[in-house]
Parts: sequence; structure tokens; C-alpha cells
Amino acid sequence: MAITIAKNNEGVAIVLDDRFDFGSVGDFRKSYESLESIARRTVAIDFKNTRYIDSSALGMLINAKTYCAKQDAKVKLINTNEQIRKILTISRFEKKFDIS
Amino acid sequence: MRIDAEDPLKILIAEDSATDRLILESIVAQAGHVPIGVADGLEAIAAYKMTPPDIVLLDVMMPNMGGIEAAGQIRALNNNDFIPIIFLTSLNDPESLVKCLESGGDDFIPKPYNRVVLQSKIKAFGRMRSMHQTVLAQKEQIEANNLHLIQEQTVAKQVFDKIAHTGCLDRGNIRHYMSPLAVFNGDVLVSEVSPSGNMLVLLGDFTGHGLPAAIGSMPLATTFYGMVRKGFSMSDVLREINQKLHEILPVGFFCCAICVDFNFKESSVKIWNGGLPEAFLYRKSTEDYQLIGSGNLPLGVMPSKNFTGESVTLDLEYGDRLFMWSDGAFEARNKRGEMFGEKRLHQILYQNKDKDTLFDDILRRVQQHIGSGEKDDDISLVEIEMQDLDIKPSYDISSERRKGSLADWSMQFNLPESSLKGFDPLPLLMNVMSEVPGLKQHRTPLYTILAELYANALEHGVLGLSSSLKATSGGFTEFYTEKNERLKSLTEGTVGFTLEHFADDKGGLLKIRVKDSGPGFEFENKTIRPEGDEVRENEDYFGRGFTLMNSLCESLIVHPPGNDIEVAYRWSHDA
Repeated sequence: MAITIAKNNEGVAIVLDDRFDFGSVGDFRKSYESLESIARRTVAIDFKNTRYIDSSALGMLINAKTYCAKQDAKVKLINTNEQIRKILTISRFEKKFDIS
Repeated sequence: MRIDAEDPLKILIAEDSATDRLILESIVAQAGHVPIGVADGLEAIAAYKMTPPDIVLLDVMMPNMGGIEAAGQIRALNNNDFIPIIFLTSLNDPESLVKCLESGGDDFIPKPYNRVVLQSKIKAFGRMRSMHQTVLAQKEQIEANNLHLIQEQTVAKQVFDKIAHTGCLDRGNIRHYMSPLAVFNGDVLVSEVSPSGNMLVLLGDFTGHGLPAAIGSMPLATTFYGMVRKGFSMSDVLREINQKLHEILPVGFFCCAICVDFNFKESSVKIWNGGLPEAFLYRKSTEDYQLIGSGNLPLGVMPSKNFTGESVTLDLEYGDRLFMWSDGAFEARNKRGEMFGEKRLHQILYQNKDKDTLFDDILRRVQQHIGSGEKDDDISLVEIEMQDLDIKPSYDISSERRKGSLADWSMQFNLPESSLKGFDPLPLLMNVMSEVPGLKQHRTPLYTILAELYANALEHGVLGLSSSLKATSGGFTEFYTEKNERLKSLTEGTVGFTLEHFADDKGGLLKIRVKDSGPGFEFENKTIRPEGDEVRENEDYFGRGFTLMNSLCESLIVHPPGNDIEVAYRWSHDA
């Protein structure tokens, strides 16, 4: 598995791997930079397969948000499991992102 | 077995006229058969008893006993074997002929005898008799096979029952009904108390019934009991069962199941439903119902990596009751072929006034519905009541824990530069930790902690990278490019892990200490952000790791000169 991009009616989703950590830096960046015409749309980052994250994941999410903001797009985090959400909350990400 | 109609047949001939008898005997003998001639009904019966013939020819009118009475008595002598009786008669009115057939005759031949007709009839009835004998022999064979199969299943069932019903189904707060459609049931119900006093119950419905279902039930039951007793969480148990079933069951066979974890200390229940009908939770205080539908695929359908352990956790009060049922309860059809249906079931639940009789009500209504019709599927119903219980496992916890599961342990793991270059130690260490029953539940925070400690030791300690590189979005990528460059040219360096685990009743304490070959850092300068402090934007790109670890761990100690960090992670089974 790797990072994949899924398109549906609501927009576009970046589907993460089992591990979203320092090893994903390059792939993740390429995945959101490859998105076209995302202005005024929402990019979903899908955690449905993800069980492991580290603090570089947090940095990558911030980067993605900054990038998308420049394109006038929003970022939301979806399908986070209870424990991932706990880690995101400890880092106060619920104030920066729409997490579900 | 006589299959060839040309084989000689023994033919009993009852005819009072000596001349006619002689003619008949010669016609029979001419066709290659063996005639046995007698003069009346009584003699015919005696001869029949002495040497049972293949075909009987009876004159209707004879002294002492006529053909019609003799036919009746001959029929009474034999139930199973088919011995054709043919009447010889000069009567030709329909009433007499009907009487002949009703008394047990199979055919009649009018007098005077026609040789060709008589021989053809004997041939035809000989063929019929041999067919009948074949069918009879096959029936006996089938009966013998079936008896053998049932005996085998009975023995196997005794073994299965020992495995499947060693749990806690006899506890006062569980009621259950399972109808065995075959000796083996497609439904399986297992329950056990965990070391921490939770009650886990699993109701499963395998596709099909009989042997294929029983085969899947065995690993399901042994895995369930083995893992629950060792304190593994519900989702770990289900994941393992799913994996086992996925491996052994043929494609198209799986197990719809519902699994519940009753926590009596906190008065709550965790419910996982994979493909079974909605469970009903009766709330005593509001007298209302809540439905818990299926949110997962059945067990055995998906490989382990796609398995979803999505469960619902609900707070309960004493007197709340959870009802679970297999598909069978809905699929049960009455004589008109109508399914019982969820509607009828819901209706009962809303109409019933005395909740103590609810279980019997449902069961009675389903059985009434089916009547004497065929049961399409197995019918199982389980009720569990939340009570003020302090249940203890019936087995010895400490011996179960010792039984091949990891409790107290420590390990040291050192990586020199050659391994640091390419090897990722995290999956290996995660696997070791997952061997501790219950700790697998904590793998997400544990991974974060371990990844943080390792990244810190490698990037800052061994490789001497500075976090300040990560201060901008572009620098972030640059940081990881630089990291790879430095790893490639690394000639010297080590990272050492020391892991120690201490098990206790609730869970345990895991200590992780990571030491690197670097010079260490001035950690006093690292600000560990106090709770509630506003996030400063320039801190967004780095420095999060320590805050995160500090929040997740019970303690965090940096040993001087700062290249040696020790954290303690306390965990419990319930979390």
C-alpha cells in the first residue's frame, strides 16, 4: 500500500497508508502538490487505513494545510480512529483542522 | 440380487382343477421357471411359509379357502418384500375384478389360459420384483450409512460441546436458546469471563449447517476461550478469529457474528456486530429500545489487514437487557412460506409488558409462527442482563497468564551504523510489544512514543541534524533529504533500546529507554509547552514530539548529557 488519491462527488481525498510518519514525507507532499484545480474545494485526508503516526506526520499536515490555503482550498481529516484522534488532540490539532 | 428377468423364478400356483394346474405348471416350466403346485388357499399359505416364492398365481374360486382370502393372508405375512400376486379367473364382471385387486392382487389373467400372455406377465412381474429388490437393498444401505453418520456426529458433538460450552453460559444473567437443525448447529455461542472480570459473549451464525459449520466453530471456540482468558481485548480476539476463519474456510463460507464485552465495574457494554441482525438493547429506565446494527463484514470474509474492529460502546444501567439473535429468527418461515421478519419481532418487543418474560415471548412466537413447517435456518436467541455483578473467572488467572503469554520481561536492542542506514526497528519492536495481551490496544500511542524517541536519537543524536531546519515548509523536506544524505555517509554511531515491562492486575508499566552515541543536548532550553498555552506559529513545524510524548507517558526523564531518554508508559486493559 501507499498513499493514494481518491476522487468522489464531494471532492478529492488523499488516502494514507497504515503508517503515516517520516517515511511518508516525500510521497505525501507529491500527493497534494499533484492535485489540480482545488480552489474553493476541500481536500480530505483519509486516515481509514492508518494506525501509526509520529510527530513528523503532524508537521506534514501543517505543511499540507499551508499549501492548500495558498490554493484557496481547505483541508479536513477524516476517518481518524479514537487513538489517532487522541494524539491529534494532544497536539491541539482540533483547533487547526476539521477532524472526524 | 436378481436383475436378469431370464433367471428362473419360483412360482407358486394355487388351482383346484388338476388339469388346469398341470397346464399352468407346464407353461411355467416351459418358460424356464420352477412351478410349485397346490390345490387350495390353505395349502398355498403353507407352501408360501415353507418356501417363499417370487410370484404367486391364485385361482379365485377354490375349496377350503378361496384366492381372495389367501391373497389377504399372504400380504399380511410380508410387509417389505414385494411378491406379485396374479389372480386366475373365469369371472369377467368388473366388480369381481376390482375385488381381486383390492384384496391385494396385482393383476389377473382370464381363463382359458393363453400361454404367451401368461409368460409375458410372469416376465414383467419378475422385472418389477427385481427392481423392487434393488430399491430395497439401496434403502437399507442408505439407512446403515445414515446411522453411521449420526454415530460419528454424536461423538464429534461430544468433543465440540466440551470445547464450546466450557464458558460462563450458566451465569444467572444470561439466557439462551439454540435449536439444533442438524446434530451440528450452524450457530455457535461462546462466553467467557476475562481476567479483569468482564464478560465476553460471541454469537455466530456460519453459512450452512452440519459439518461445514462445525469445522469453523472449533477454531472459533478455542481461539475465543484461549484469548479471552489471557486478557486479550475484544477486537484482538475478533481479529484473530477472523484471520483463522479466513485461512481455513472455503470461499463463500463465513461467520456472521455479534460479540459483546460487558464491563460490570463501569456498567457499560462494547458491541461489535458483523453481519447479524440488529441487536436490541432494552433500557429499563426509559422503557425504550435501542438498535445496534451491523457495521462490519462477517468473520472470515476479509483478510486480516482489511478487518474492521469498529465497535459501539454504550453505558448501561442495572436491569438493561441486550437481545441478540441469529438470522434464523427472521428467516423462520411458516407453512405459507412467510418469513417471521423483523417487524413481528419489533412488535413483540413493544407490546410486551413484563420484561422477565420477553425472552420466552419471542421464542414462543417464533415457534408458533413456524408451526410444523420446515426450519430454514438455525434459530438462536440470547439475552444478557446488566446486573450488579462482581464476577470472577472460574479459571486460575495467574496460571492462564503464565500459559505462554508475555507478562514481565525486558530486552535490549542495539543498532550499529550498518543497521541504522537501512533498517527500520519500529515494526520489530511493535511486534514484541503486541505479544503482551492487552498491550496491542495501545499500539497507536506506543508507536508515536517509540517513533519519537528513535527519530530524536537518530536525527539529532547520531546524525547531528538541527530541528531549526524544519522551521519552514520547504525546510521540512530539506531536513529529510539531508537526513538521507547523512545516513548514506554514516561511518559511526549506535542507537540502543532498553525495554522493560511489568505486568499488574490492571495492565502494566512499560519502560522504554533510548540512548544514542551523540553528544547529547541541552534539554533545559527545550520548552515543554504547558497545558493551555497558545500555539505559536513558528513552533508548528518542530518541537511537537516532546510535548506529545510528555502527554502520553507517565514520566519522561532525560539522563545527562542528554543523549539518553527514558519514558514510562502505564496502561490498563480497560483503556
